[in-house]
Amino acid sequence: MKKQKEDNRFKIANREALIGVGLVLFNFIWWFGFAYGMGSKDPSQYTYVFGLPAWFFYSCVVGLIVMVVLVIFFVKKYFVEVSFDDKGDDEK
Amino acid sequence: MNWQALIPLIIMLIVMFGIGLWASRYVRTSTDFLQDYFLGGRSLGGFILAMTMTATYGSASSFIGGPGVAYTQGLGWVLLAMSQVATGYFVLMILGKKFAIITRRYQAVTLVDYLKERYQSKWVVLLASFSIIIFLFSAMAAQWIGGGRLIESLTGLSYTSALFIFAVSVLIYVVIGGFRAVALTDAIQGSIMFIGTLILLIAVIIAGGGISNIIQDLNAENPNLITPFGAEGNLTPAYVSSFWILVGVGVIALPQIAVRAMSYKNSKSMHRAIIIGTIVVGFIMLNMHLIGVFARPILPGIEVGDKVMPLIALETMPAWLAGTVLAAPMAAIMSTVDSLLLLVSSTVVKDVYLNYVQPKASHKKIKQISIGITALLGIIVFLFALDPPNLIIWLNLFAFGGLEAAFIWPIVMGLYWKKGNKYGAFSSMVVGIGSYILMDLLKIQPFGMHVVVFPVILSFFAYVIGSLATNNKMKLPATD
Repeated sequence: MKKQKEDNRFKIANREALIGVGLVLFNFIWWFGFAYGMGSKDPSQYTYVFGLPAWFFYSCVVGLIVMVVLVIFFVKKYFVEVSFDDKGDDEK
Repeated sequence: MNWQALIPLIIMLIVMFGIGLWASRYVRTSTDFLQDYFLGGRSLGGFILAMTMTATYGSASSFIGGPGVAYTQGLGWVLLAMSQVATGYFVLMILGKKFAIITRRYQAVTLVDYLKERYQSKWVVLLASFSIIIFLFSAMAAQWIGGGRLIESLTGLSYTSALFIFAVSVLIYVVIGGFRAVALTDAIQGSIMFIGTLILLIAVIIAGGGISNIIQDLNAENPNLITPFGAEGNLTPAYVSSFWILVGVGVIALPQIAVRAMSYKNSKSMHRAIIIGTIVVGFIMLNMHLIGVFARPILPGIEVGDKVMPLIALETMPAWLAGTVLAAPMAAIMSTVDSLLLLVSSTVVKDVYLNYVQPKASHKKIKQISIGITALLGIIVFLFALDPPNLIIWLNLFAFGGLEAAFIWPIVMGLYWKKGNKYGAFSSMVVGIGSYILMDLLKIQPFGMHVVVFPVILSFFAYVIGSLATNNKMKLPATD
């Protein structure tokens, strides 16, 4: 019985860890892609958004907003509440 | 002396004392002193958890020089700093529920407790405790020096008196209040950082005549300042990206971060902390480093990086507001120091004293020893900071990278890989620290990446090979 319940809790934990890895990879690709994709040309050819160079705006400002939205979405949608105590089981 | 700027700082210090006193009530009446003093009774809610995590990340951040370097390097350094956004969600998602469940089952109070139960090895425990004490002690000493310097420059007092004020204020609330006081003061300090950097950024943008104007001024001075490649064009993509390991995903292995991942109340707190933490870390990092860059056209020619924040605040705002905002860097330093102090003390008391010196110490004795050791450590750091020996400065330089290389795989693989065993953990720690120190001394930076990258990879292989090679002689109880 104890085994059953734990397997389940750890399965949830494993899935959430994988979501974390996925988010970090996405975060990195977004950040890297915009920064070096748009920022590698000569500064005289830069375009600007709200006064900031476009590469910086998309990579750092929009990137942050996108990550916040994604984190909220995944936590609300896929994170499950579990108990942390081994209730009723032997203490050690 | 600038009293208008000083009063907000003094008020902040008084509030910190108050919190320490308040939290000490819990500690005094506690039935499980160790859990309460070193972990706040595992009762942190979502907001406090997020803020104490954020404030503690600040220590990794000071490692990259913050706004001062952004001032010199331009937007490329802000880009680099944004690698820290990942810490906001990554740490709690990876260590996550599994770490919470397992550390509760082991009744672990420190990171070393967890390693001890997981690997059942005296050598792993001793090596881990030793690295924590050496590395974090040095990191802490360096932060005290910074705190002393900040008070010195604000008040005009001598360095010794400034350091004394700093030391006394930190010691009082850490010694009497323990982890709960540290977490609560962190929450306040994190909020000050959040609001302070926002106000300062707005003030700087107004003083500079708008974002467009500032960026064009930078472009006119040196076009490299608005590229991702730094003022001299020498920030390569590989180098900047490698900071994702040093100050991004790698911080998972810092003991002061990991210990927070076992301090929260329930899943709900953890979920909230992930969301709040991501927002707060991202926001502070972006604002703080942008301030550094934007300060350049307004106040050109600042040579000492650490002075950028105080000078720009005093330049762009009325003194009382500048004082309030400057409580932010002060807050950052204090919240780093307090968590490190408590961590080193818990390592000495719990991991070394209770494990190997006097396992049967009485409740009262543990209490006296914990408070005594915390105070004693504080006094030793104070003496070191008065006249810092070179060794401390040298050790501090690789404290964070070294701890990451040492602990990342024993923690993460210990949670998620059943076959990991003490031989793997021990070799991973030795290889991680050893190769890090070696490569740092010899200045080997493969592919232009930060020194930390390679040791982290090497220690992974050491862990896997060490565990697999000894697999058939191990019959350990697996983690689940």
